[in-house]
Amino acid sequence: MSILTKTEAGPPGPGDPAPSGPFLSVRDLYVQFATEDGVVKAVDGLSFDLERGRTLGIVGESGSGKSVTNLAVLGLHNPRNTTIRGEIVLDGQELTGASERTLERLRGRKMAMIFQDSLTALSPYYTVGRQIAEPYMKHMGASRKAARERAIEMLARVGIPQPRLRVDDFPHQFSGGMRQRAMIAMALVCDPALVIADEPTTALDVTVQAQILDLLKDLQRETGTAIVIITHDLGVVANTADDVMVMYAGRCVERGTVREILKSPEHPYSWGLLASIPRLSAPVDLPLSPIPGAPPSLLNPPSGCPFHPRCAFAEEVGGGRCATVRPGIPEDERRGFACHLGRERKREIFTGQIQPRLGGGAR
Amino acid sequence: MLRFLVRRVLGALVILLLISAITYFLFFFLPSDPALLSCGKNCSPQNVALIRKNLGLDLPIWTQYWHFMVGIFAGRDMPIGHCPAPCFGYSFADQQLVWDTIADRYPTTLSLAIGGATVFLCVGVGLGLVSAWQQGRAFDRIASGVSLVGNSVQIYFLGPIAIGLFASSWHVLDRGHDPDWSHDPWGSVQGLILPCMVLSVIFWSNYSRQTRSLMVEQMSEDHIRAARAKGMSSRYVFLRYALRGAAASIITIFGIDLSAVLGGAIITEVTFGLHGLGLLSVQAVLRSDLPLEMAVMLIGATIIVVCNIVVDAAYALIDPRIRLS
Repeated sequence: MSILTKTEAGPPGPGDPAPSGPFLSVRDLYVQFATEDGVVKAVDGLSFDLERGRTLGIVGESGSGKSVTNLAVLGLHNPRNTTIRGEIVLDGQELTGASERTLERLRGRKMAMIFQDSLTALSPYYTVGRQIAEPYMKHMGASRKAARERAIEMLARVGIPQPRLRVDDFPHQFSGGMRQRAMIAMALVCDPALVIADEPTTALDVTVQAQILDLLKDLQRETGTAIVIITHDLGVVANTADDVMVMYAGRCVERGTVREILKSPEHPYSWGLLASIPRLSAPVDLPLSPIPGAPPSLLNPPSGCPFHPRCAFAEEVGGGRCATVRPGIPEDERRGFACHLGRERKREIFTGQIQPRLGGGAR
Repeated sequence: MLRFLVRRVLGALVILLLISAITYFLFFFLPSDPALLSCGKNCSPQNVALIRKNLGLDLPIWTQYWHFMVGIFAGRDMPIGHCPAPCFGYSFADQQLVWDTIADRYPTTLSLAIGGATVFLCVGVGLGLVSAWQQGRAFDRIASGVSLVGNSVQIYFLGPIAIGLFASSWHVLDRGHDPDWSHDPWGSVQGLILPCMVLSVIFWSNYSRQTRSLMVEQMSEDHIRAARAKGMSSRYVFLRYALRGAAASIITIFGIDLSAVLGGAIITEVTFGLHGLGLLSVQAVLRSDLPLEMAVMLIGATIIVVCNIVVDAAYALIDPRIRLS
């Protein structure tokens, strides 16, 4: 990995240090889009917390509301067709009702985002250096020259060889892995306290993927950044996250530490996610076991537990409660899951049916 | 860049050569005989033969074409008299030097085309930008309505109305006259305002719609969101990121529209009674005036080809991905 150059401590953010409570706190968040077909309930009553220096992995299928949640944190939704309710508090500052000006000052400086596809997320028309320098000039009031030096420094920091030469390259002259690094440099140029990485490695091959994740971890160790990693790859989560939140249909269905989620998941959806991972140690002719069915329509989510139409164990709950009563998740506990199944029955199913499919819990 | 330019200029020369050859040889497929036409009513075979010889029509077609092309660059001595370097020969119809006629008429058409293009680019792109910025609001709706109307009117319909309103009734604008840039630049501008406005209407409505949709499309790109995510203001992102992307497409469309602009200028000058290339080129065809036809064709084609090279170069400057390949 690259040699990391230590930078001076980031400038104090407004309202620093945080008085009390977690660094990022999302409470009862609803994000709804008005479309021609009706209202899409993309995020439906979501709460989570994140401390400085920790990494939260958000896992779920496409359309489970992972990205939507984080775009809401940054305030990047189109206000014309989006309704956002609930609380998003970053370092003691309420973001949901905040003005565009306030958000603009926070974005890129206090909170930054790394996007999935670096080819489309970098503008093809400007040099990599300029795109990295831009937020530095805006937020830090740096001169063009200072910002350029900073861009070179950042490129070196994320492991781009010959940064002094490459700073004037255009994104299309970079390889996929280098582009992703450049984008990380762009997100981190102002030493943000919160970094949201939306599938930062999905478009990359496995070796580069590992390098990028290591890089994020190194940077976190250096600056104490809080990181949210959005992914559908449990391998990435296992590598990077401290805590995990499993999302389904815009809700959190299970949360806990990474160990808890991977070793002793309690929600049938988490079981399904774990069981659908192909394993190198498994015989090649063993079919994968995907979760049957498709994610529900968010225009018209199923009643009760949104997962019940796809859940193999819904019948085991008496009185058809899965189809009628929405299972809750305890608000203020680190570990939680939203499922009606009894604890005893769950343990039975997990040890009897699920664990064998995971290769004896070898992870 | 240099290699690109050299390659394009060479290509342009080939295209112009082809155009000249096709125009020249097509002329001889026409049933009319220019010698007979200029001979008049009381015409004897001897007269026709003499005129034919004077016009150089007695030589083989290939030889004629060769002489003509050489004359453009080197000038030539003709039976009527000497014809200096950009020589397109003497008109069959009125025995004037074709170059003089052209030099007299081209400024009008060119001024119209350039003025019109400037107006419609500024107004069209400007309206499109504001519409995209105000997407879905009143301004956007009104502008797209106006654009739709503007897109469906014709110059020869709009021209007389504009003259009637702005010149005859309200006396706020000149009704349009030929420019004379060397003696009366300000008067020339005044004389061109109304024609340029009319010419620009059919174009700007199209450009405002194109610009609007290009900008709306650009604004939904990932890199726009990424730029917003790093704290760039929406106006900055709109003007620096989205416009840069849209500009490449706008310029492409403009390159395609160039010949339409020249054509529109010709219709406009006929509508406003200006003395540009419009009537001249129609007359040239009707009178089987080969040298004049050739000159109008070739100069028009040259302008369009050159402008296209400029457009492509501009495109390469805007989009670095093109620049290097």
